[in-house]
Amino acid sequence: MWDFQWTLQILPDLMDGLAVTVQITVLGYLIALVLGLLIAIVRRAPFVGAVLHAAMEFVRTTPLLIQVVFVFLLAPAYISPMTVGIVVIGVHYAAYTAEVYRSGIEGVAKGQWEAARALSLPARRTWGAIVLPQAIRKVIPALGNYLIATFKDTPLLIAIGVGELLTEAQQIGSASFRVVEVYTVVGFLFLLVSIPSAILLRRLERRYAAV
Amino acid sequence: MPPSDTRQNEEPQGVGGQSQGQPLIVFDDVVKRFGDLTVLDHLNFSVAPGERVTLIGPSGSGKTTILRLLMTLEKVTEGVIWVGDEPFSHMRRGGGQLTQASEGYLRERRKRIGMVFQQFNLFPNMTVRQNITEAPVHVLGTPKGEANARAEELLDLVGLGEKIDAHPTQLSGGQQQRVAIARALAMQPEILLLDEVTSALDPELVAGVLDVLREVAETTDITMLCVTHEMGFARDVSHRVLMFDQGRIAEEGSPEQIFGDPKEERTRSFLSSVLEKGH
Repeated sequence: MWDFQWTLQILPDLMDGLAVTVQITVLGYLIALVLGLLIAIVRRAPFVGAVLHAAMEFVRTTPLLIQVVFVFLLAPAYISPMTVGIVVIGVHYAAYTAEVYRSGIEGVAKGQWEAARALSLPARRTWGAIVLPQAIRKVIPALGNYLIATFKDTPLLIAIGVGELLTEAQQIGSASFRVVEVYTVVGFLFLLVSIPSAILLRRLERRYAAV
Repeated sequence: MPPSDTRQNEEPQGVGGQSQGQPLIVFDDVVKRFGDLTVLDHLNFSVAPGERVTLIGPSGSGKTTILRLLMTLEKVTEGVIWVGDEPFSHMRRGGGQLTQASEGYLRERRKRIGMVFQQFNLFPNMTVRQNITEAPVHVLGTPKGEANARAEELLDLVGLGEKIDAHPTQLSGGQQQRVAIARALAMQPEILLLDEVTSALDPELVAGVLDVLREVAETTDITMLCVTHEMGFARDVSHRVLMFDQGRIAEEGSPEQIFGDPKEERTRSFLSSVLEKGH
């Protein structure tokens, strides 16, 4: 039997879990955005680029869950599980966003590089004012998809006891045995965040596709 | 004051060798290969300051490669390019020896050279104004206000004053190319390279671009190297025409001589094939 009264009671705890989930998602995704961009740029260098590429392949071809547990076990005790979770998710998704950025950078016409060179623009301006603005604009939709993917992967952090939404839910569920209510609410809370995000992303996509 | 039209291929000045009427650009036995393909085959020629030279010839004859070498978009395989008194493709090491130019050296040296591309290559994420002021502000260190004023002047010169805040995508091909010319001129280059600047344009837009270039040729003393199939334009504007074939100069002379009385069979057949295409 569905107990509304009880559901309302557990809602605050679940909302706390959701807040942690959102925090991990946002911070992890920011790491992925920045680190992925750096990787995509450095990957063009001859030697360092190849090493970096191999490392990224490794990250992409092993499960996130194992990476999280592995790093958690190796990390010194004073680093919180939450920090481990954010960093591992950030690096993991950086391996994906780097590829997205790369495709965007390669999509910038060769003539743009040549024009920048013909004007003697320094590398900083060529990248910052010409190549990246064009490259990133094209890949915003693809990058946005990884925001939602990051969000959906945060429950994996239950394995290392970060107090995100699923951990909270599991604790409440095992104490009360009312798993239907708990996980239904969890499902709705995930949708509460991911549906508006998806709508927002679609808008962004349309806006940048137009120009 | 057009320099003599009958210059022969000169021996480039060796290191320290100076002569009167110093050329601005010298190709000294330049070879360019892409893999097995030899695009420029021991090429020697020079260009005087203020001279306007048109390069003609069948596609694949190496004309565009010459411009790209000067713009440092390609590297020479053998030989040395000189600009002014200094090596350009190479730099001096201790003892006057030449060594492959470093990226930093090239960046410094190519500031005096501007290029207009067949495909315009304007920056689509910037307005016309930003396209023109970007390099003066960030390369030459020109104050923003001054760069802006100069951009306005240049846009008036190319007849697009009212388009200063437009984006390139809002312009026709011919307008984009005129902006590209303004952008190159904003750097106040000594040497302007024009790489088939009207080839990508619809026929009705060609005249506008050529008029702008005629104006530039008449009102400035910029040295121009021009690859074009517009023979009328070449005849009007250039002091000298070089006919290329298979990476070598097949014939050179004044426009009157090359277009009126070509000596080489290859030049004649090339010119008649171009004329047949309706250019």
